[in-house]
Amino acid sequence: MSSLTEKNRPIVQLLLNTGTCPRCILRFCCVGSQMLYRHPHKDLMKDLQEFLKNSQEEEDTVCLDVADPPCKRIRLEHRAEGAEDLNHNGAVPQLPSAGHGNAARESSAGDVCNVCLGILQDFCEADFVKKVCQKVNSADYQFTSFVFSVSLPPQLSVRERAAWLGVKQQMRNLGLPLPKDDIVQLKEAYKWIIHPQLSEELGVSADGKSLFEVSVVFAHPETDEECRFLATACPDCFKPAKNKQSVFTRMAVIKALEKIKEEDFLKHFPCPPRSPKNLCDALEIQCNNGAVFVAGRYNKYSRNLPQTPWIIDGERKLESSVEELISEHLMAEFKADSFNFSSSGREDVDVRTLGNGRPFAIELVNPRRIHFTTEEMKMLQQAINDSSDKIQVRDLQLVTRSAIGRMKEGEEEKTKTYSALIWTDKAIQREDIAFLDDIKELKLDQKTPLRVLHRRPLAVRCRLIHTMKSEYIDEHHFRLHLKTQAGTYIKEFVHGDFGRTKPNIGSLLNRTADILELDVESVDVDWPPTLAD
Amino acid sequence: AGAAGPGGAERYFTRWYKPGTAGGRAGPGRRRGPDSLCALLADVKGRPCEDFCVLQHSNICVITLAEAHPLLQSGKTIKNINYQISANCSRLQNKVSGKSKRGAQFLTELAPLCRISSSDGEEYTIYSCIRGRLIEVNENILSNPALLQEKPSTEGYIAVVLPKFEESKSITQGLLTQKEYEEVLLKRRGSAS
Repeated sequence: MSSLTEKNRPIVQLLLNTGTCPRCILRFCCVGSQMLYRHPHKDLMKDLQEFLKNSQEEEDTVCLDVADPPCKRIRLEHRAEGAEDLNHNGAVPQLPSAGHGNAARESSAGDVCNVCLGILQDFCEADFVKKVCQKVNSADYQFTSFVFSVSLPPQLSVRERAAWLGVKQQMRNLGLPLPKDDIVQLKEAYKWIIHPQLSEELGVSADGKSLFEVSVVFAHPETDEECRFLATACPDCFKPAKNKQSVFTRMAVIKALEKIKEEDFLKHFPCPPRSPKNLCDALEIQCNNGAVFVAGRYNKYSRNLPQTPWIIDGERKLESSVEELISEHLMAEFKADSFNFSSSGREDVDVRTLGNGRPFAIELVNPRRIHFTTEEMKMLQQAINDSSDKIQVRDLQLVTRSAIGRMKEGEEEKTKTYSALIWTDKAIQREDIAFLDDIKELKLDQKTPLRVLHRRPLAVRCRLIHTMKSEYIDEHHFRLHLKTQAGTYIKEFVHGDFGRTKPNIGSLLNRTADILELDVESVDVDWPPTLAD
Repeated sequence: AGAAGPGGAERYFTRWYKPGTAGGRAGPGRRRGPDSLCALLADVKGRPCEDFCVLQHSNICVITLAEAHPLLQSGKTIKNINYQISANCSRLQNKVSGKSKRGAQFLTELAPLCRISSSDGEEYTIYSCIRGRLIEVNENILSNPALLQEKPSTEGYIAVVLPKFEESKSITQGLLTQKEYEEVLLKRRGSAS
């Protein structure tokens, strides 16, 4: 094995004999060649044994009459017993007898690695890859790349530390320089091996930025308790968090391992780590697609339709809602788990939205289908419009996450125009309302309307009515068109809300006024982009 | 369930009534007993009753004078409205913050909101009628007392009270519906003749 040098020999020797798998050994020797890790397990094992045999033979020829270096004198003892035989300097590594060609025990080929608990063994094999790909294919997702995320049991970090301390100890005992600390990370090596195999099976490449995530959670219940000693040694690293099953999270364990002193560690944990009886379990293989965003503008023609479902005490008060009428079709086409609806402001149940409509954006969570052509989106829009006369949508298109920010901006900053049908108690003539047309930038002080006061804080809002245009109907009715600042309560401007909106139409006309009908004529936001028909 | 037909802001509110007690008018020093919480009560001949009307919309309650209240009868002029109901407590100092209206003065049904004196020397105490947090008192009637008499059901309101969400249904149990109140009024007229 050309990547390994003389420097690595004692490490390879030690690890091989204490139950560490070939790939973990390569990691501990800082071997960076990805290709090497992909070699079959058996081949790697053979190569390592060859490597040890060769160097041993060289040594034998060279130093026959020199006292054996310490590593050759120490007899092999059963690993389990050796592990329990701790002294305060750390365990003395147990090695096989120095006979020729007996560099490693045969049995370690079949045993579960004491460092990776099998992750770099069985879980790199074709069988597991097939299992993962089966799950992915059966989940029926549309994707062009994937990211494979792996969750490892925290005790792996502990075992790795223990094995590494054993290596350092061995080097010290041999009077050799301490090796560099930057061993190859387990997760990284794992991905080197498994990504190409997954890519081949799935037909797409791995990409860290991919929105399609395949995740696997590994667990090793047999060794779950191994982290426990860290809690006594570094209690402040392990704060019980709500909603977390175990306090021993990977992050907490890693933090504690950084803090704990070598001597303390060796007091509590066997070095080298014991060989486990079982492999890890692959608990869950899950697939998840990143959210997709669809935007558009909606018109509302019903005076009996809430924007979001109106449910009190489990009872639906009004049938359907704007949100449901639009997202029903999208959920079905995109095959998403759920949706989040947002819009640039909203209107009451009894208010229509006319003109170009109100901008909205829907986040579709974990969609199975993500690719839609402009044509397909047009057809989707038509399907929504055919399904209901209460709402209509336009400019339906795929957008990015920034859509949500645009909604908020539209709600808070952009002007709206309205048309209100107003009733007055005392008679009016044309002259009585004409002056309204001349009022520009009328400043209102609006206390939180009584009708929303139960769920909003009490405050006074200053809002501007930019322009007004009146249309006389008869002695008790007229229509008023207004252009207002975002966040203005129109109904309250008309009836005055018990005098809590000042001025109001009643106070301006010196009468009691009420609003009979309200329509939104326009929401002055130029987003999403208008689509050509 | 508001009134049908055009009206004003009050159209969306349900009207509940708390008629005055048989025990006569409340004046300074006269405490009302627990009986006043119950609904239908007989009247004492010739003494006008201090009735209140609570306008309810969802959770919010607006406390107003009912039309039969002495202060709203012709000939009465309001001299003074005082929100200072005791040495330590002024309703004008009520401050609320946040959605849950923290810091609000808590009111029981019998808590006084304000005292109103008329030019003929009479004084009337306006009671909360509702258990809950005081959201605001109407300061417009301080600067313009006539508002109280001209528009008692809208701009001349007394206060806004927010009951606890759990209690929002039970608060109206101690009050009369519009129909029940009209029967009380009929009975009064009957016994007056």
